[in-house]
Amino acid sequence: MTRPTAELRPSSSPPAAPARPVLAFLARPQFLALGVVLLVNWLLFPGFFDITWKDGRLFGSLIDVLNRGAPVAILAIGMTAVIATKGVDLSVGAVMAIAGATAAVMVTSGQPAILAVAVALGVGLLCGLWNGLLVTALEIQPIIATLVLMVAGRGLAQLITEGTIVTFTDPLLIFIGTGSALGLPTPVLLALGLMVLTTLIVRRSALGLLIEAVGVNRSAARFAGISAGVLLVLVYTFAGFCAALSGLIVAGDIRGADANNAGLWLELDAILAVVIGGTSLMGGRFSIPMSVVGAMIIQAMNTGILISGFSPEFNLVVKSGVIILILVLQSPMSASLFQRRIRAVKSEGGQP
Amino acid sequence: MAILKKLALGAGLAALLTTAAHADLTGKVIGFSQIGSESGWRAAETSVTKSEAEKRGIDLKFADAQQKQENQIKAIRGFIAQGVDAILVAPVVATGWDEVLTEAKEANIPVVLLDRGIEASQDLYLTSVASDQVKEGRVAGDWLVGTVADKTCNVVELQGTVGSSPAINRKQGFEEALAGHDNLKIIRSQTGDFTRSKGKEVMEGFLKAEDGGKNICAVYAHNDDMAVGAIQAIKDAGLKPGSDILVVSIDGVPDIFSAMVAGEANATVELTPNMAGPAYDSLDAFLNGGTVPEKFIITESKLYTPADDPQGEYDRRKGLGY
Repeated sequence: MTRPTAELRPSSSPPAAPARPVLAFLARPQFLALGVVLLVNWLLFPGFFDITWKDGRLFGSLIDVLNRGAPVAILAIGMTAVIATKGVDLSVGAVMAIAGATAAVMVTSGQPAILAVAVALGVGLLCGLWNGLLVTALEIQPIIATLVLMVAGRGLAQLITEGTIVTFTDPLLIFIGTGSALGLPTPVLLALGLMVLTTLIVRRSALGLLIEAVGVNRSAARFAGISAGVLLVLVYTFAGFCAALSGLIVAGDIRGADANNAGLWLELDAILAVVIGGTSLMGGRFSIPMSVVGAMIIQAMNTGILISGFSPEFNLVVKSGVIILILVLQSPMSASLFQRRIRAVKSEGGQP
Repeated sequence: MAILKKLALGAGLAALLTTAAHADLTGKVIGFSQIGSESGWRAAETSVTKSEAEKRGIDLKFADAQQKQENQIKAIRGFIAQGVDAILVAPVVATGWDEVLTEAKEANIPVVLLDRGIEASQDLYLTSVASDQVKEGRVAGDWLVGTVADKTCNVVELQGTVGSSPAINRKQGFEEALAGHDNLKIIRSQTGDFTRSKGKEVMEGFLKAEDGGKNICAVYAHNDDMAVGAIQAIKDAGLKPGSDILVVSIDGVPDIFSAMVAGEANATVELTPNMAGPAYDSLDAFLNGGTVPEKFIITESKLYTPADDPQGEYDRRKGLGY
């Protein structure tokens, strides 16, 4: 645990010249944290940044981080929208299990894979719709409303698979989990595509602004003419869709639907990714790309722990330590300290 | 039902008259409080317990506790109230059983523990049927020691959930088997939480960290599911599981046998789902002959390799609900 702290100083001085906007963007604490975690990984395992070309795709630890982080990144994209409305969705892990189970059972019973994927995604949408209706129509607090599906959903998934791991050999499902295109693993492309698409939709239209307005003050937003109810149902449905997509990836990855373990506790990782990304749990301002960066920080840390050779008893301690560090790093207090430092360096001469 | 009981009674009497005091469990009512169905193995245990009961003509009352001790205690109290002949319990946790087991004892109903032990006075239960997890690890280790002979072999280990007793014991047994064989070394050990996806992820990390896997000669997984995940990771890295990297694991679930058929797994140590068989046998001896069984009945930890007809083993297990 001493290492990350020790590494913090030298690497916090490089972004000394935020002269251009890109540099200012990269000087955000999240990128700093990601950089530090990657650097520590590199110190623990010098081959960390090695990337080779193998079987028509890129191969290396860094690609592993992207690939393994993709399911949580996709969850985090949906979760960001929900949290921006001052809500939370605890059911995404269970919805992953349901979607994976649905697709697996369908292909093993002889249905075409494309239909299985469509139905699984549809089931995800329905689960999200259910959550959205509980939150809006019945006005149940989001944490409780989604807790219902979190608990019941896993049971539902177990019912679908009848408690067994349903294995399949369907090429499309396996492609979603472990295939590759353009040299990158499919999950990475899916996450990347979803991130770009969602960001464009919310930022190129007024949608993002409306979500933020509902998150800041739902009644005020409604009085301002925003149909808050519809918007809320929409974001929960979207989160359900993201969860289903993530569930398909996780099932395709192990070529089987494991209802007991698929997506277990991933809702917490997704929430953490959103928080690390700087979106407040109190709703309002949000950033989808930063949540994805948050997911990558978490995964870089997980991968780092795996290759570090520490005994597994330390996993959770190391992880929580690093998370505390990151949260402190991006707290308002340290942000103001950070700004002052940058200004100081800048006035000294502002060299690269 | 009444006719059946009379028939059974008649049969029992006849048996009593002819072969002294050895009848079977036909017509006996036995309550079974199962933990839940958290894993494929657990589902298989439930289905074997039911089929073994059917084979013996036992009227089995099944109660699923859904991972909650309070449900198990309720179920046991229910069994006592119904006046069953015996109770089987797969305890979800180790402590907190004294009171309800005392009630069973006062009602003169023998209790047999399946698959897990408890921390309670030993006279509160008739016997416990369980596997020896340390031995499972040792059997796996012995196989590896015998297979690599005096070649140097770097082993990576996929542990179960940190702090769980199978993880601790299977690790210990494996290490015991490797002790004294300096050519075998565990170079990396991480938890894969007993799941396929974590097993795959951890193995990916190991492969990257050990020169693309060239440094690894064998992987030892605390359960078959993690081994199945590791096999996929090895294949993704362009190596051949089963020959480039040996794969040995524990449990004996159907999917590891199909991996064996494909030549991708080398050995598994069976954790038999048939805990009920020995339990019924000892209840039979106790109820019909008054023989008090041993306090701890240890099931066999049988090793399976591709030489043991993996296709047949797969077919035999597929229907058990794993």
